[in-house]
Amino acid sequence: MAIQGIGKVRAHQTQNEGLVFEKSSPGKRGYKLPPLDVPSVDASALLGEAHRENPALLPELSEIEIIRHFTRLSTWNYAIDLGMYPLGSCTMKYNPRVNEFVARIDGLADAHPYRPEELAQGILEVVDLLQRCLIEITGMDAITLQPAAGAHGEFTGILLVRAWHESRGNARKKILIPDSAHGTNPATAAICGYAVENLKSNADGGIDLEALERQVDEETAALMLTNPSTIGVFESQIHRIADILHAKGALLYMDGANMNALVGKARPGDFGVDVMHLNLHKTFSTPHGGGGPGSGPVACKAFLEPFLPTPVLVRRGSNASQASGELHWEYNRPQSVGRVRGFYGNVGMFIRALAYILANGPDGLRQTTEDAVLNANYIRKKLEDVFDLPYKTASMHEVVFSDKRQAALGVKTGDIAKRLIDYGFHPYTVSFPMIVHGAMMIEPTESESLEELDLFVEAMRSIAREVEETPEVVKSAPHSTRVSRLDEVAAARKPILRWKG
Amino acid sequence: MRYLPKSPAEREQMLAEIGAASIDDLFEVIPAEYRFSRDLDVPRQQAESEIINYFRAAGAKNATDYASFLGAGAYRHYRPVIIDSLVQRGEFLTSYTPYQAEITQGTLQAIFEFQTMIAELTGMDVANASMYDGSTGAAEAVLMAMRVTGRHKAVVASSVHPEYREVLHTYLQHREMATALIGYDAKTGRVDLAALDAAVTDETAAVLVQSPNFFGVIEDIPAIAEIAHKKGALLIVSIAEAVSLGAVRAPVEADIVSMEAQSFGVALSYGGPFCGVIAAKEQYLRQMPGRLVGQTVDKDGNRGFVLTLSTREQHIRREKATSNICTNQALVALMATIFLTVYGKEGIRELAEHNLAKADYAAKALSAQPGAKLLFSGAPKFHEFVLQTEEAPATWSKRLLDEKIVGGIELSRWYPELGNATLWCATEVVTREQIDAAAKVLAAVPVGA
Amino acid sequence: MAYPTNYRYTREHEWIALDGNIGTVGITDYAQNSLGDIVYVDAPKVGDSVTANATFGSVESVKAVSDLYSPVSGTVTAVNEELKNAPDKINEAPHETWIIKVELADPAQINALLDAAAYEAFISEETGS
Repeated sequence: MAIQGIGKVRAHQTQNEGLVFEKSSPGKRGYKLPPLDVPSVDASALLGEAHRENPALLPELSEIEIIRHFTRLSTWNYAIDLGMYPLGSCTMKYNPRVNEFVARIDGLADAHPYRPEELAQGILEVVDLLQRCLIEITGMDAITLQPAAGAHGEFTGILLVRAWHESRGNARKKILIPDSAHGTNPATAAICGYAVENLKSNADGGIDLEALERQVDEETAALMLTNPSTIGVFESQIHRIADILHAKGALLYMDGANMNALVGKARPGDFGVDVMHLNLHKTFSTPHGGGGPGSGPVACKAFLEPFLPTPVLVRRGSNASQASGELHWEYNRPQSVGRVRGFYGNVGMFIRALAYILANGPDGLRQTTEDAVLNANYIRKKLEDVFDLPYKTASMHEVVFSDKRQAALGVKTGDIAKRLIDYGFHPYTVSFPMIVHGAMMIEPTESESLEELDLFVEAMRSIAREVEETPEVVKSAPHSTRVSRLDEVAAARKPILRWKG
Repeated sequence: MRYLPKSPAEREQMLAEIGAASIDDLFEVIPAEYRFSRDLDVPRQQAESEIINYFRAAGAKNATDYASFLGAGAYRHYRPVIIDSLVQRGEFLTSYTPYQAEITQGTLQAIFEFQTMIAELTGMDVANASMYDGSTGAAEAVLMAMRVTGRHKAVVASSVHPEYREVLHTYLQHREMATALIGYDAKTGRVDLAALDAAVTDETAAVLVQSPNFFGVIEDIPAIAEIAHKKGALLIVSIAEAVSLGAVRAPVEADIVSMEAQSFGVALSYGGPFCGVIAAKEQYLRQMPGRLVGQTVDKDGNRGFVLTLSTREQHIRREKATSNICTNQALVALMATIFLTVYGKEGIRELAEHNLAKADYAAKALSAQPGAKLLFSGAPKFHEFVLQTEEAPATWSKRLLDEKIVGGIELSRWYPELGNATLWCATEVVTREQIDAAAKVLAAVPVGA
Repeated sequence: MAYPTNYRYTREHEWIALDGNIGTVGITDYAQNSLGDIVYVDAPKVGDSVTANATFGSVESVKAVSDLYSPVSGTVTAVNEELKNAPDKINEAPHETWIIKVELADPAQINALLDAAAYEAFISEETGS
């Protein structure tokens, strides 16, 4: 379906491309090994019964075919580099290219994790500076960078909570989780051996203080709170929340997924948070890469520091607080929760995140946060007359509409999302948070220009008109993609998870 | 700030349209006492050239021109140039998890290819889209076995990577899952089969071994599988060195394989990001953690790919999910997929054989030096071996460093019973010259000793 | 779709048909309709025991999981193996497609369940129609 007057997209050719296995033919080569400078060996004789007789059926292609194969596949993807990617709670911001450049510098990219510490001081200085920056940004006292992603950070954070309670004689039994939370929160609580108790949101979509007061008891280990919440609202009663928990000996865990609304403007450590995780792949611009890698540092108050995963980075020498003396990994931590990952974490992501912080400085970080909040409020203002806004509370970095008005005409949030694709945008987050029926969760981030925001607003308003005039066009969208809506039911009933020739 | 696409006038215009007098209006919802009013104490805003200079200096402070015999779960292999050319395409690099299948077919098809290659290499039926790394993958595999069998005990070989075992302990500590540690045969370095046989009971959910194991020794997988299976336990094989599968028989008797795919074209990067992956027999599919991509068709019958069987995952099943994992290592899995496409069926075998040859030469050269001997010579190895020396490793490793060589890693921190033992690794990038130089230093008894 | 009057129903949307002390259990048309296309049924094994009002398995669509609650206590005597390959049977004929058969520990438990009229009243209340 041609779209006129939108000014953002026009159909263009994309190449067809089969599976890499379908392009293979025996004898083609994409590699050349140098000649062996040691005597060759008879693998079969050396390995005996452990020798592999049947080679894995990997594809055989030349280099140009490999370049074309993956380049063609890449053209089938939408990406931040192509345009706005307003996935709420995912913080799809610009991924600076200097990050990629510095992560590949010799001495950093090729550093073996077991290299002697005296030969690793450069990379350790990078880790140390990032740690100090993140501690300052969060207002906390200590940090571990070991967790590999946000959910892994949650796991680590709740282990700290548990270890602290255990050190006081009672691990306690339950974790409170608001009904607006990410699915990772309850899943995390469960794997740490806690029962999950649901906390119903109040009429503003925030924490219901009375319900909290009723539900927090001597068996409550912690509340896992996302702030700003998943509807993009700051918990203005945050310190009351912390006080209620602390009065019963429970802790406040903050899911830092939405930290992009706070950096340089407010610090969790100042408003009563005991332990939290960050997502370097959200707030600190490391790329999402089609689903990962991430990095989920966990920052905590001083009383939780003895429990941090091993090893912990420390400076040798008596003058430890000063930026001198050799850095080294401290393993002797008797109260530690243990390791959560091999080696020290996704160090390549630390390098990128630090490059982002250096590129911004204190003024840039603050301006970034302000622009992210400005953009979300601009979208809210420009769309609130055509889409239902279930919570009228002030928005921070994202805005959540519902499909109420459009659903009355038989068109749902998922349909509107798919139609956005035809207008050249990635959809917003669909049907989350669960407290909003038919949620449309929009997070523009700071990376969008006024021009791109206006195009998005125009697209959303145009779709709203289509819902009234030609709803079938929206319900059967997208119309301009390589593939139309895919049969997910068939995929799940008879799973085909690998190529079989 | 150069990443922010707005002029001051545009910001003013937007504020006016919102009806806010200043940006501060939009932050009024934060109680005044928690508003942060000073500058963050982080380094000042820097130019791109300054950032590059900072990291170059940090890199230069690390040893860049040393020969290295380090392995132990992180392996130095040659990385074909096109890996970075391709993964730095913005459409891969800056795309999110492929929830919107119509505009993420590139990522989805690439993951489907990754799943196929991993299944092929490991001899399993299915593989997932990746886990964080080999250590968390092994822990998640044990939890998976617990769900499959409904049993609550695990038997773990002490020759599994010590850090993997530590992570496993962290994951299991609140799951009422007891583990028994099984030692190794002093002659071969392989799992002590008699001890294993005695430890596996009809309450055992899983037997976890690594092959090649931490000493570089290839385990007798069929024999271990028989012991596990006769008691109804699942066998989990952890593979830390994925390139070994070019020459070493796939662990087809295993029920679950947890692999670290870092060796497939992923930079060492001081330990991460790496790429774990779990592969398994098809009947255990519903208990697999992590994302899965499946093939299907669109409305017009075109082949396409989607994320599937998502009901296992946290965003749907919440506290009853198979794992809390969400973000995985997708871009790193893409590196592995490209690496495996570059080498292909013949290349992966040839590459593995070059590793065998280098390690064979290095083991012979080093163990021929006075006071040095090879441990565990009674079993097949891939590209790592354990060397025991009369002289303390701390002494000769200093001499090696003086010659710009990083020798094998000391094992005493994990295996004190092995005395002056060190674990050496020789991949295809190690040269004969470097091996000979290391052997020479090892042989040279210091003056006055 | 009519709700068979010889069945009894739970508030969690399971039906049970009693023959002697063997109960045949499935999910209602209302349940399959709100779940959408069913892609997988997780059922217990023959010989497992089930408890009234406790979960005994789940049914899944692409984007949702719904726990199955047993209407009665007893022992599973049969599991509908056909659903392994054809879970869509439940969507096509929910009231003819059974999931498990249970030998009741206490046949009187059936009396605590809703009859067709009461169940229909319950779901119209739930949907607010």
